[in-house]
Amino acid sequence: MRKYEGSAVFNGIAIGRISLYKKNDSTVKRRHVADILEEKARFENAVKKAVEQLNNLYEKALTEVGESSAGIFEAHVLMAEDEDYRESVFNIIENQSVNAEYAVACTADNYVAMFESMDDNYMKARAMDVKDVSNRIIAILKGKTERYQSEGDELIVVAEDLAPSETVQMDKSKVVAFVTRYGSSNSHTAILARTMNIPALIKVEYNEDIDGKEAIVDGYTGTLIIEPDEETKTILLSKRHKEEDRRKLLQELKGLPNVTKDGRKVEIYANIGAVSDTVSALENDAGGIGLFRSEFLYLGENTFPTEEQQFNAYKSVAEAMGGRKVIIRTLDIGADKQAHYFELAKEENPAMGLRATRICLTRPDIFKTQLRAILRASLFGNISIMFPMIISVEEVKKIKTIMEEVKAELRADGLPYKDVETGIMIETPASAIISDKLAAEVDFFSIGTNDLTQYTLAIDRQNEALADFYDPHHPAVLRLIEMVVKNGHDHNIWVGICGELAADLDLTKEFVRMGVDELSVAPPHILPLRQLIRNM
Amino acid sequence: MKVFNYKIKDSEGIHARPAGIIVKEAKQFASTVTMEYDGKKADCKKIFAIMGLGVKCNEVISVFIEGEDEEKAAEALKTAVENNL
Repeated sequence: MRKYEGSAVFNGIAIGRISLYKKNDSTVKRRHVADILEEKARFENAVKKAVEQLNNLYEKALTEVGESSAGIFEAHVLMAEDEDYRESVFNIIENQSVNAEYAVACTADNYVAMFESMDDNYMKARAMDVKDVSNRIIAILKGKTERYQSEGDELIVVAEDLAPSETVQMDKSKVVAFVTRYGSSNSHTAILARTMNIPALIKVEYNEDIDGKEAIVDGYTGTLIIEPDEETKTILLSKRHKEEDRRKLLQELKGLPNVTKDGRKVEIYANIGAVSDTVSALENDAGGIGLFRSEFLYLGENTFPTEEQQFNAYKSVAEAMGGRKVIIRTLDIGADKQAHYFELAKEENPAMGLRATRICLTRPDIFKTQLRAILRASLFGNISIMFPMIISVEEVKKIKTIMEEVKAELRADGLPYKDVETGIMIETPASAIISDKLAAEVDFFSIGTNDLTQYTLAIDRQNEALADFYDPHHPAVLRLIEMVVKNGHDHNIWVGICGELAADLDLTKEFVRMGVDELSVAPPHILPLRQLIRNM
Repeated sequence: MKVFNYKIKDSEGIHARPAGIIVKEAKQFASTVTMEYDGKKADCKKIFAIMGLGVKCNEVISVFIEGEDEEKAAEALKTAVENNL
């Protein structure tokens, strides 16, 4: 048994046989030619054939994956017929008296170099289209015909990367998973996998000797397991069964409200940490996004994300959720989440240090950029803003002042925005205890139970030595929650829970009794919660 | 001559598929169609030329149309750009 780790772009579990996809050998030899006209004619003929092939692929893709995906082949036709491209090929043939294959390869290399020099990943991805078209023409010139041959019924297609022209030729009824060495979550393979509803992994550093071997793709952990032993197979198959059960549950529960038998309604929203998580939120029928962690924009970067980068991310999520509520939590950096360019001083006790809103209020420039981006994105959906780590009314008032400044700046810049609902996280004992005062200042509360528990019990949850002392259902925490709900309702604002306790099925009944209005949980927890509430 | 400006909304900028649609549209007219971005110009009847401009999301392009059928061409190009980018 061998394991390879990669990252999953679509989840699910598939068992099958590896089918290693090798691209045609596209290396070309430089050959001197005497008859330049003949060589140019060979190129013209090859282009004609390529266009014929591409038109067929377009027709095939049109019926299989629809017009928007098929459109790429129309673009490929235009590339094959492009005047500049032809001129470049002709020039090389003429000036160097070389064969058409070599001239096409050189031309392709030049275009690839042009796209790859652009400082944008999307632009770099364009190089692949040029290569794909050029390789098609070269293959025709070399007299090679079509390539992909699959044997067997349940194939895990493994490749360096896959182009649309390659996947469209596969017999997709036999493909159970895709695994690539390169690619991104926006790549063609990822999109296709989502359409086909099969697992797909990228960035897997496989060895070519895996071809033909039995394997499992685990799209939940991003693992490719070659020749799995019986135990592993059993574990993963049971995981798959659970997944199938969940899908069945989904079919039964999709579109139904989260209402108890005596008519109490609870909103169930999703916690997400990246734009792409909206897929799984929608798949699980989330009523909205209850916690959009904005940290992913800051972590793992070398510099602050620009307003545009943030705007695009917030806008994408708002649009994807199509009018359902999207609650964006502002920057929660600090403590265990560090980004070096913030240049935060090392702290003795970072959990209680300069973090989250405290950073925002200390460095309003960082805060303002984020607020501008969120407010601008608010036009594209139903966005709310939520501020973490609050301990006082003064903080909330300062935040509101900054919000007003940002709005004035946007107006001055002529940039439109909407007034959005603003709320705070209740995750410090201080904020829970003064929640009656805080409730007068905001539109909603969202209780962050992870930090609230840690601060209330003075227990670091990561510290295993304290396991015996740690009680996740400690009455102190539950009392604080009940108090927050009551204070919120007394001021006519809604109160939700977005920490781990929200997904704790042992507490759901208690939360409903308290009158909690919203539970925000990781997407896979949504339907089990809905089921439980509907049976209450 | 006709001119229009447009701010790209497609998150991937001008990539292959929409570039293809613009070229197909431009080729139906006798007028010359030129896209200008960041001081660079590209013939809209050539797909590599407009892809090579490297236009990203939120950037503004200008499209110039000149020729006997410029009225109709400008109208068609504008629709194609608005619907696909």
